Amino acid sequence: METVTNKINVGEKPEGHEGHGFFATRLDKVVGLARKNSIWPLPFATSCCGIEFMATMGAHYDLARFGSERLSFSPRQADLLMVMGTIAKKMGPVLRQVYEQMAEPRWVLSVGACASSGGIFDTYSVLQGIDRIIPVDVYVPGCPPRPEQIIDGVMKIQYLVENESLRRRDSAEYKAMLNKYGIE
Amino acid sequence: MMEASADIAPKVVKEEKQYSYLNLGPTHPATHGIFQNVLKMDGEVIVDATPTIGYIHRAFEKLAEHRPYNQITPITDRMNYCSSPINNIGWHMTVEKLLGVEIPKRVQYLRVIIMELARITDHLVCNAVIGVDTGALTGFVYLFQQRELVYEIYEEICGARLTTNIGRIGGFERDFSPKAWEKINKFLKEFPVVLKEFEDLLKRNRIFMDRTIGCGGISAERALNYSFSGVNLRAAGVDYDVRAMNPYSSYEDFDFIIPVGTNGDVYDRFMVRQEEMWQSMSIIKQAMKKLPEGPFHAKVPEFYLPPKEEVYNNMEALIYHFKIVMGETDVPKGEVYHCVEGGNGELGFYLISDGGRQPFRLHLRRPCFIFYQAYPEMIKGSMLSDAILTMSSMNVIAGELDA
Amino acid sequence: MMDAAAQEKLISVINEKFEGEIIEAAMDKDFFTLIVKKERIVDIISHLYNHEDTKFQYLTTLFAVHYPDQNQIAMVYQLHNLSTNQRIRLKIFLSADNPTTPTLTTVFSAANWMEREAYDFYGVISQGHPNLIRILNVEDMLIFPMRKEYPLEDQTREDKNDLMFGR
Repeated sequence: METVTNKINVGEKPEGHEGHGFFATRLDKVVGLARKNSIWPLPFATSCCGIEFMATMGAHYDLARFGSERLSFSPRQADLLMVMGTIAKKMGPVLRQVYEQMAEPRWVLSVGACASSGGIFDTYSVLQGIDRIIPVDVYVPGCPPRPEQIIDGVMKIQYLVENESLRRRDSAEYKAMLNKYGIE
Repeated sequence: MMEASADIAPKVVKEEKQYSYLNLGPTHPATHGIFQNVLKMDGEVIVDATPTIGYIHRAFEKLAEHRPYNQITPITDRMNYCSSPINNIGWHMTVEKLLGVEIPKRVQYLRVIIMELARITDHLVCNAVIGVDTGALTGFVYLFQQRELVYEIYEEICGARLTTNIGRIGGFERDFSPKAWEKINKFLKEFPVVLKEFEDLLKRNRIFMDRTIGCGGISAERALNYSFSGVNLRAAGVDYDVRAMNPYSSYEDFDFIIPVGTNGDVYDRFMVRQEEMWQSMSIIKQAMKKLPEGPFHAKVPEFYLPPKEEVYNNMEALIYHFKIVMGETDVPKGEVYHCVEGGNGELGFYLISDGGRQPFRLHLRRPCFIFYQAYPEMIKGSMLSDAILTMSSMNVIAGELDA
Repeated sequence: MMDAAAQEKLISVINEKFEGEIIEAAMDKDFFTLIVKKERIVDIISHLYNHEDTKFQYLTTLFAVHYPDQNQIAMVYQLHNLSTNQRIRLKIFLSADNPTTPTLTTVFSAANWMEREAYDFYGVISQGHPNLIRILNVEDMLIFPMRKEYPLEDQTREDKNDLMFGR
């Protein structure tokens, strides 16, 4: 009977010491591995990129494979804030409030040209990039980006999540960056 | 005796009714789009609603005054982004009306095919979302899979999935490739099966009918006074369809039924959209059968990019190419209004040109903006969950609402 | 859209009660356009709504246009008769310094947000409007941005090099 194991891709395990019934490795590696495969995103979908996100969550390009099966619409329970679509100046305070309600550790993914830099809407009413009000981790360009690109952005976020030091959120550098945005 | 009883008579204190205010905020999983409603509620029943819009105002009309005519097409894409080819073709037809250009028959039939495909995708989103809001999440996944097939067709024709920038002023940039026809035929073969399955899940479903019949209705008189158009007006009983009343792009050559509802409630809108999707497929089949041969663009050298071989060999073509790309073509003076049947209703473009390279004024008659005004009236006296269902059945697209 | 007989009928219907209000009436491409005096525009539209020969009971759209050279703001109303499929366009011209016009919400409920949009973009005050506040822009904006004297871009940006953008 043919074994099935050769058809399954087993992921890379972190470096550590292995023995009979145990596996010893660094704490932050384990925490990173667990966190990266269970990110709960908050889809902050405003316009056209939101429809491409709906296609990404659909059956064809399944984002749930990456651990994001449960979308959280409450910022208190979310890890990743995905800003998809144009943010107008009227919407800026709302976005800021949603970001401030998220608990650490939190990541921000800016999807689309409008969220990254204002896009084609160089007008008086559009915020020229959300990094004017909140810190952003990964930018996904495109207008709208293909679902493959959005998944690529999520995979880059997974890379950041996996390799983040456990002390990062308490470090002086991080606090200085938040102070630059005026966030406590 | 009377005075004594007056002393001991209980004092009746008139208590003012206390209402609570619920903010159905701009970011909400159930409002499909960015608009806010402050609901004044008496328990679970809604007494009044105050909508606030403008959270995605991108100043399209002002932007259009500072862009050349062919660069406005990507801007119109982003109005009703679920059916962007209809916006693009509507804009192109407005400019062609101003220039007085005669469009070949083949282009008109191809435009009809694209617009009907876009109408199908728009109605798919809305019906899937009505299903989701009543709890039927399966239909959403089925129908979005079918939208992927339409996206592949768009990719064959213009290269983009969602915001298509399809066509040019004067026609199409290239004729439909054989691969595109293959994909359209595949869609026409596979889609009816899925649509029938989805329809059978919900059409006579007891729970769905109980939820949606009688919910969020509006009478035909009020709908006309609020200038409703499109599916919302047809569900209320008025058979106004721009394709039938003011036919454009050879719609008069096709045979189709305009479905009409009776109460204007959520169930009627759902059923009208379903039937319109069947009619759209029939129109596409008729167009494919009667498709005439001919050029795929009109002769508008000032707006239509010349073929690359001529640009490298012919001085005149080089100058036209330069002027078109840099946006330096002057347009004759005039005022024109053209409307098409968008996914939500009568989508109108009012263009005023003062003879320059950019429009003097472009006013977009956006159906979502106009019929969303009636929302507080439609939900008065209903429960919160019915209000959510009414909003999603009206197919309010935030991009078109705010522009 | 409207043949000569229908145009004559329309003008005579208006002249029944509003003699001398029409400044100009002509066929503009395929739309019959009437320029009327601004004071009694709502009465004229209400008359056309109710009169059984015209019955224009559908408001297609309502918007404003700024003409800086003449320092005027025009308001354009497009009406549609769904039974006979006739469309007309009515225009009034207001002075740009103080554009006021009576509100159309008494005739068409659809004019509510359309007039708010005209106020938000151009500053046109519709007298008698139930709720004339800004609708699309932020509430505390001080200017009327669609007027021609205001620029498109946000002027507080310091990271754009105008030389590179061809301005």
